Amino acid sequence: MSLSNEQVGHVARLARIALTEAETEATRRKLDGIFGLIEQMQAVDTTGVEPMSHPQELATRLREDAVIETDRRAAFQAAAPQTEAGLYLVPKVIE
Amino acid sequence: MSRTDWEVVIGLEVHSQLNTASKIFSGASTAFGAEPNVQASAVDIALPGVLPVLNRGAVERAIRFGLAIGATVAPKSVFARKNYFYPDLPKGYQISQFELPVVQGGAITIRVGEGDKAYEKTVQLTRAHLEEDAGKSLHEDFHGMSGIDLNRAGTPLLEIVSEPDMRSSAEAVAYARALHALVRWIDICDGNMQEGSFRCDANVSVRPRGQEKFGTRREIKNLNSFRFLQQAIDYEVQWQIERLEDGGTIQQATVLFDPDSGETRMMRSKEDAHDYRYFPDPDLLPLVISEEWIARVRGGMPELPEAMKARFVADFGLSAYDATTLTASKEVAAYFQATVDAAGKANAKLCANWVMGELAARLNKAELDIAASPVAPAQLAGMVARIADNTISNAIAKKVFEALWNGEGGDGADAADQVIDCQGLKQVTDSGAIEGLIDEVLAANPKSVEEFRAGKEKAFNALVGQVMKASKGKANPGQVNELLRRKLQA
Repeated sequence: MSLSNEQVGHVARLARIALTEAETEATRRKLDGIFGLIEQMQAVDTTGVEPMSHPQELATRLREDAVIETDRRAAFQAAAPQTEAGLYLVPKVIE
Repeated sequence: MSRTDWEVVIGLEVHSQLNTASKIFSGASTAFGAEPNVQASAVDIALPGVLPVLNRGAVERAIRFGLAIGATVAPKSVFARKNYFYPDLPKGYQISQFELPVVQGGAITIRVGEGDKAYEKTVQLTRAHLEEDAGKSLHEDFHGMSGIDLNRAGTPLLEIVSEPDMRSSAEAVAYARALHALVRWIDICDGNMQEGSFRCDANVSVRPRGQEKFGTRREIKNLNSFRFLQQAIDYEVQWQIERLEDGGTIQQATVLFDPDSGETRMMRSKEDAHDYRYFPDPDLLPLVISEEWIARVRGGMPELPEAMKARFVADFGLSAYDATTLTASKEVAAYFQATVDAAGKANAKLCANWVMGELAARLNKAELDIAASPVAPAQLAGMVARIADNTISNAIAKKVFEALWNGEGGDGADAADQVIDCQGLKQVTDSGAIEGLIDEVLAANPKSVEEFRAGKEKAFNALVGQVMKASKGKANPGQVNELLRRKLQA
């Protein structure tokens, strides 16, 4: 299986990564290598094997429904580039 | 093709906010209306290195929902990452469930329409899955920037997905209402639509009647009232039919409803459709729900609307219609049940009539919820008992009810008795006294007597009316009828 440069561009856009033409080509070769590996794995007959979502055979732990966090807005926002009226400011987004 | 040759196909996705105290993956509060970002913990704002820990309360509510709709509660379900970029989603992905949701299948019975045209229908559910809500973007002008409030980020949601089983906007609204009543009934969601606790997305398509294959659907996003749901679907259906009849085609798309214009408009086409690249979240192990846990939750479930409806019919002798009306919401059902508990099972039908009639009308007029009714169930029961034992007639009872509504008679269960005593409303059942009134009325209305004897039944009713009037409404109508007829036929 070989990816096209357009497909690489699409994946890059989804990941919000800007690639130059040279980077696109290099990324395509790397991705091709990964897909080669996947193809190899897909050749294994997995009939009757339950799909695995996590490598460990454990169940997730649960916490009780209780509020234990306190307001740490000032500390968190000290690291933010821009805030106002308690809000984080970001470049304008309207869908 | 005329309008009736098209069949409408609708499926709904409902985001129901679970009423836990804390968030689904952090210990931050979910309370509505706080100052921006004071309820956004390190997990909610996605600081590097933080890990999600699942809230038992959110899972328990999902189990309650699964049991309420007769679904399979998955013994093992998996959380997945839904990847997209938006500033109110700080991780760059939403934790949701994809291939293995916690609730699978199930069904809800809905009642559509009014009166003779009303019918029942069962809507199948596909699934319900747990996920986290995103934050909020505020697009007011902050020097050309957007403001982000992450208080809502991480609030637990149950996304409830139906099969495309609905065939009209009326059915879609009936389903949404039934679902809304149910999540409140089992106390997993406050149902507050203004605050966004219950939001609907509608998938709408049309196809020529008789065609098996579904038409191309468009998804209307974020409808937060039943009225908008109806309006948006009606507009969308008409738009799609007109387009197809003009020889056009429908492109798969996501649209938004504008309540001001009443129109839907395109938000994004299929080409721009999000490619979410779901994969199992490595930060979370599978959610395992044991049989014992499910049994424990089942033990704590309230009686469900369908079961209560059946009981009202079987035990109280109510009609299916009355039983449906009285179980339309948890509050109405609780009020009715409390009234019957106080008035006795034998008076259940009378209680039903008053709850659905006079009380509902007054509450509606005053724009009050039944939980805030000035007349308590015990007080209504006290009045119903006096109708049942003939102390007052139905007509007088309306006066008594009005007095109770205005707080006369005090706060106690004996308020009706106080009103009846103080205002001298006790029904006259002394046949001697009634006969005296009848004699006066007959003497004063010889013409009516004549007409009755000539065979005019109407004249009899006029005489009954006169006697009732003479008694100021306090004579027992049944007794008046009986005694008057006896006298006239003597």
